[in-house]
Amino acid sequence: MTFSITLTVNGTPHHLALDDLRVTLLDLLRDRLGLTGTKKGCDRGQCGACTVLVNGRRLNACLALAAQQDGAEITTIEGLAPEGRLHPLQAAFLEHDAFQCGYCTPGQIMSAAGLIAEGADGADIERIREGMSGNLCRCGAYRGIARAVAAAAQSENGETEA
Amino acid sequence: MPDDIAPTRHQRLGSNAGDPHSRLDGIAKITGAARYAADNAPAGLLWAVIAGAPVARGRVARLDTAAALAHPGVTHVITPENRPALHKDPDLRAALFDWKLDLLQDDRIRYAGAPMALVLAETAEAAAEGARLLAPEIEADPARIGFGDGLAFAAETVGIGAPPATAVGDVEAGFAAAAQVTEVEIETPPQYHNAMEPHAIVAQWQGERLVIDTPNQAIVMSRPSFAAYFGIPPENVHIRSPYLGGGFGSKAILNPAQILACLAARETGRPVKLVLSRAQMYGPTGHRGATRQSLRLGVDAAGRLTALSHHAVSATSSFDDFLEPAANAALNTYACPAISVSHSGSRWDIGTPGPMRAPGEATGSAALECAMDEAAHAAGLDPLDFRLRNYAETDPATGRAYSSKALRECYALGAERFGWKTRPMQPGQMRDARGRLLGWGMGTSLFPAPMFQAEARATLRADGSAVVETAASDMGQGAWTALAQIAAEGLGLDLAQVEFRSGDSELPDAGVAGGSGHTATAGSALYSAGRDVIAQLTALATADPASPLHGAGNRAVVAADGWLRIEGEDHRRESYAAILARAGRDALTGRGKGARDPAHAEARAMFSHGAVFAEVAVDPALLQIRVTRLTGAFAAGRIINPKLAESQLLGGMIWGLGFALQEEALHDRRSGRLLNADLAGYHVPVNADLAEIEALTVHEEDRFVNPLGVKGVGELGITGTAGAIANAVWHATGRRVRRFPIHPEDLA
Repeated sequence: MTFSITLTVNGTPHHLALDDLRVTLLDLLRDRLGLTGTKKGCDRGQCGACTVLVNGRRLNACLALAAQQDGAEITTIEGLAPEGRLHPLQAAFLEHDAFQCGYCTPGQIMSAAGLIAEGADGADIERIREGMSGNLCRCGAYRGIARAVAAAAQSENGETEA
Repeated sequence: MPDDIAPTRHQRLGSNAGDPHSRLDGIAKITGAARYAADNAPAGLLWAVIAGAPVARGRVARLDTAAALAHPGVTHVITPENRPALHKDPDLRAALFDWKLDLLQDDRIRYAGAPMALVLAETAEAAAEGARLLAPEIEADPARIGFGDGLAFAAETVGIGAPPATAVGDVEAGFAAAAQVTEVEIETPPQYHNAMEPHAIVAQWQGERLVIDTPNQAIVMSRPSFAAYFGIPPENVHIRSPYLGGGFGSKAILNPAQILACLAARETGRPVKLVLSRAQMYGPTGHRGATRQSLRLGVDAAGRLTALSHHAVSATSSFDDFLEPAANAALNTYACPAISVSHSGSRWDIGTPGPMRAPGEATGSAALECAMDEAAHAAGLDPLDFRLRNYAETDPATGRAYSSKALRECYALGAERFGWKTRPMQPGQMRDARGRLLGWGMGTSLFPAPMFQAEARATLRADGSAVVETAASDMGQGAWTALAQIAAEGLGLDLAQVEFRSGDSELPDAGVAGGSGHTATAGSALYSAGRDVIAQLTALATADPASPLHGAGNRAVVAADGWLRIEGEDHRRESYAAILARAGRDALTGRGKGARDPAHAEARAMFSHGAVFAEVAVDPALLQIRVTRLTGAFAAGRIINPKLAESQLLGGMIWGLGFALQEEALHDRRSGRLLNADLAGYHVPVNADLAEIEALTVHEEDRFVNPLGVKGVGELGITGTAGAIANAVWHATGRRVRRFPIHPEDLA
């Protein structure tokens, strides 16, 4: 039995025949669409490494079944900025050394994009820290992450060259 | 970044080392392009899932392999009954970094989560379901977990091959001469690395060659360990590990998943991908073993230590012998005429512990710094004053001079920055605007500055650019960047002119990324490979009558920005490309090694140091503890990249926060299974746990550690921090909590 869904991923429509309803959105992105920028850290919604935007809102892709996402618009780290350009958040993460090993980084950046879109970041770094606390970073790059998100939230600039 | 970080740009080394360059692998990481092991998906791969034991001790009586095999997509189930032979006994340790592994050799269970079977399937979902359908029947024995239930034993070694006991001077005489003796017993729990990237491997065989994508902290060194299990020469093992999603020690040691995946790939003739679940990272992949530490500090009327004894009982598994060398922290930190350190073991039904960020130093310094705080208070002395009275001018363990030691400057800088001098002596004296109890505490950071063995190759190309190669591991510490900076330095080239190849076992051995010695070791190899190239190039130029450098004789030839020139005669210069072209060479290759000068190793004690100051706020009603300020000041020789080093130090301090207040694995007493084997139950610091945190550095010139003057910063930050926070909790509340982590209920 297959189950047909349509997803728009990073602006590209995909018509998918799911042969297994157990497939999570995370595994669909990684294993069937080859978008491995989104990471699996816990598969339980506890670490945030798999954060993507679904219809503009941040979501732990490991907690969502792919079959439930029919019609959704999904943005992953690969689609945050046009090819060869950096999103202001990406540039800020590099500038503020907001990562070390890099494994949680795509999820951090997508979560930050969602946080800024939610309008909940304000100018208060404490609120940014709180709003980013669903994204664990075992290297402890937290100060850089908070500063990068604050800088990007205040930035009026568009993308920069990669 | 604070303004007063000491400048680390160093003229002798030119312009590359000392630059706060952003990570060269940064673009790949922020765009999702960086390819970690589990991102690899070769055509035709099978997915593997380990079925782990649900109890800590017993045997597997039955597995329903038929049910698993009947599930659509499941192709193989490997159990002890049909597991193909291995070339090496998994219960033999052949090399220093070989741990005994559970590789389905029999039906016994030695710890919860130990492999009982391996299920292979066409999809990840089918493999996971197949593992669930095995529905094991278990004959369980009572688990022996905890210092009360563990089996005590005398340790033969601690850490990796270190002696279990060391004594300096007459400790009993020292205690007899003391005006006060402080006795403290402190426990630290099992802690788990929890790198964000779960352990993963993609294994494929190409004839008798084994090609592996797996995160690895010792890329070339680990080849023999893999090879031994399959009876192939080490050079037949090709390990690719360009990015590690965190390691912290756990990816330096082979784990069962890695060998089982290789075995399955050989058996099936297909590539096999095995990614551990988060829960499976609490058992077979090492952890920081629990400790119970007893300290005695004798102090004379002048506030000077007369004797110091530190004994640690370290938990390990029932079948292997890694013991957290916690007590050794007392050997090198404070001046004391008589020091005795010793370790013993306690066998539990757990997976074997292993090195975890600052193994020994983290647990040991946490206890030592708490004991020092208690002794200072008993002596009526400010904790910083007490530490200064016991400042070690030479290494207490050996009497050797330090290669460099700017700890005094760290104390001064950190204390000034923190505002330490207004600290009240008595606890419970300060409140913040919200009525919370405030407390200030401090601790000394200390970590050895080792070097291992590494090799590197540098090749100058016809166009004057270069490629440098060594199989280093970047697990976030910044090897891709800092090592490239050092390599550029050695070659007298701008960083942009240097292509750095790393993270692959086909390259020269960079040694282990551990012990905070990777930059020093691999960096020294890269630097000397570059110098070898320059020496050859200089010989070509000075021997060539057509070169402006001809006949330079003994005058110094300087290599910088892609040119050789004679010092003081700047017009006598020639570009690398021109020298190569006239010599008819399209490339010039140099080789280098990184290792410590044995004469210096004999003569000097080599450590990185630091001082950490902590402020905590404790809600008087809820007893919730918040770390509101952390200031660290560290001295670690030459800092190659201040931006990345600061991140390492901050990360270490955040680990110290987790150590002090959060991290703890809890076992079910009956089954021995972990109760909190996930990131919801095993707490690590999150962004909101951090308030103000800063890491300052004090420059040290060190001619002895290595020609680069580089120590290490990877593990330094965790030491000192845990104790500083615990001492701040006491200062806020008057409660000495002698068991980590400190919970609100401990303050009730």
